[in-house]
Amino acid sequence: MKVIFKIYIAGLMFVSLQTHAVLDIKITQGIEQALPIAIVPFSWSQASSVTPFDLSKVITDDLKRSGRFDVMDELDLPQRPANFDAINFNDWRKLGMENILIGNLMLTETGDYDVSFRLIDVYRGKQIAGFRIPAKPNLLRRVAHQISDIIFEKLTGTAGAFDTRVAYITVKKIKDKKIHTLQIADADGYNAKILLESPEPLLSPSWSPDGKKIAYVSFEGRNSAIYIQDILTGKRERVSAYEGINSAPSWSPEGSRLAMTLSKDGNTEIYIMSLHSKKLKRMTVHGGIDTEPAWSPDGRKLAFTSDRSGGPQIYEMDIRGGDPKRISFDGKYNARPRYSPDGRYISLVHAVNGSYRIGLLDLSNGSINTLTDAKLDESPSFAPNGGMIIYATTGVRGAQLAAVSVDGRIHQRLGLQQGDVREPVWGPFLK
Amino acid sequence: MSIRLLLVISLTAMLFGCSSDKVKDDAPAAVEDLSSQQANAGATEDTNAQAYGSDDDSTSGFSQLDDPQSPLSVRVIYFEYDSSEIRSEYRSAIEAHAAYLNQNSDTTITLEGHADERGSREYNLALGERRAQSIKQQMLILGVSSSQIRLVSYGEERPSVDGHDDASWQQNRRVEILY
Repeated sequence: MKVIFKIYIAGLMFVSLQTHAVLDIKITQGIEQALPIAIVPFSWSQASSVTPFDLSKVITDDLKRSGRFDVMDELDLPQRPANFDAINFNDWRKLGMENILIGNLMLTETGDYDVSFRLIDVYRGKQIAGFRIPAKPNLLRRVAHQISDIIFEKLTGTAGAFDTRVAYITVKKIKDKKIHTLQIADADGYNAKILLESPEPLLSPSWSPDGKKIAYVSFEGRNSAIYIQDILTGKRERVSAYEGINSAPSWSPEGSRLAMTLSKDGNTEIYIMSLHSKKLKRMTVHGGIDTEPAWSPDGRKLAFTSDRSGGPQIYEMDIRGGDPKRISFDGKYNARPRYSPDGRYISLVHAVNGSYRIGLLDLSNGSINTLTDAKLDESPSFAPNGGMIIYATTGVRGAQLAAVSVDGRIHQRLGLQQGDVREPVWGPFLK
Repeated sequence: MSIRLLLVISLTAMLFGCSSDKVKDDAPAAVEDLSSQQANAGATEDTNAQAYGSDDDSTSGFSQLDDPQSPLSVRVIYFEYDSSEIRSEYRSAIEAHAAYLNQNSDTTITLEGHADERGSREYNLALGERRAQSIKQQMLILGVSSSQIRLVSYGEERPSVDGHDDASWQQNRRVEILY
């Protein structure tokens, strides 16, 4: 049996000036063996006033959303210990609780905060992790995500990706005009920021590996052109505006080069641009469509889509050159490759009987595992920990974002309040 | 929708403009950059409509471009799924456009390639260009100068119909011939 539960992150209802939840995330399918955990509300040093930020709520929402945790309802907590010595382990053991998180939020003399927390293994009666994190008031939400990441890593063995961001494109129709925006938001949908707004199409956002810049395609000049924009300053640079197509930017893992698709030499080919000199190196030579380059995590290979064999399929080539090798054989339509962070898999768009779904190509044996079951899924992008794939899906309500775990067991929907949202790209770990 | 409107505007422009009018459509669109603290004040009014206008101080000359009976009235070429092959039914229209361009060597056109929404966006962008490319090739064979033809692909980004079904997709797999 599949456990189905719904969680609505309180979106518009709890919007304060700093935090907008534009994306409304709910889990449509979780896993059965979710880990039991209790998150005790953080104690607050100024007991006479209301706590300035509900850390435990953000952590609870993160863990629930991941689909891997069974978080105890706050009303069911047998006690609310603020420190290790106050824990009555027997009470928790009787309830079958395996892990609890306790913590304190303290106001410092400078007006900043100190967040401390302990993750405790109830059965062994021992601390698994304990940290104290100083934080400016505007960074408390981020600290909560960092705590979620630590819990996730300690209990599942893989790094969490809660303290990360996603970029995506929205399209709104106002009267007969379309407004396109490029936005970024925290991985839980909060803190959405518009980086660019245009009456002309925007597509293919790509994060720089340091998470500070985004490359994208804009049609603002009545043709496709590639821009790079600094997220903090908003400064942007047009790096490619040749005749024909300028598209599909993809950042090299070390950050100094951009792979892209240009048709300036007759038809779409893959090029690598040195961002320092803007010099181009042509990678493919073929009369068919070659596009959607993606770098392998070690920077040695490019995967791309080509229809040189008839329909679109995935090919891989050495960065130093040479003949591309076809690597997808299952099905008539495989496109838009993206490597998993460990380089062992490629996510792609895989057509099955006229339905376009997210597939996972296992590079060790060439098999493709279909992870989704809708009709118009596209733009898969791995979380930096490799656990989830975010993608766009089109249904009766238009284009929305969704995410699926790489094992296909956990499904999430991320809904936008109005308009279409598409082309999600999960950013790197924040440093 | 807006494509159709623009088509009407550009047709109207042709009706009132003399044949030497070049319809400029490379004016930059208004783009607002909102990530900096101060939004760029360079964002002006939407330029969509004016981009397709022309100097229309002349009302001379009824052009054969405006004759609904003429094969020149065919301004949209439709394609099969994942194909850039020109269907035989469009041959006479393309020949007529080529002949017109040959007679009016200072007229330029834009071939705007489009795809339906299925599959990946970047592949569709390439597919849209290949569709426009195949019509351009045909016109070059028929003697049109390549300087008279501008190509642009929008892939699936500018559907003419917003639906998610076969009928809509059919309408969206197209190349628009814009004078």
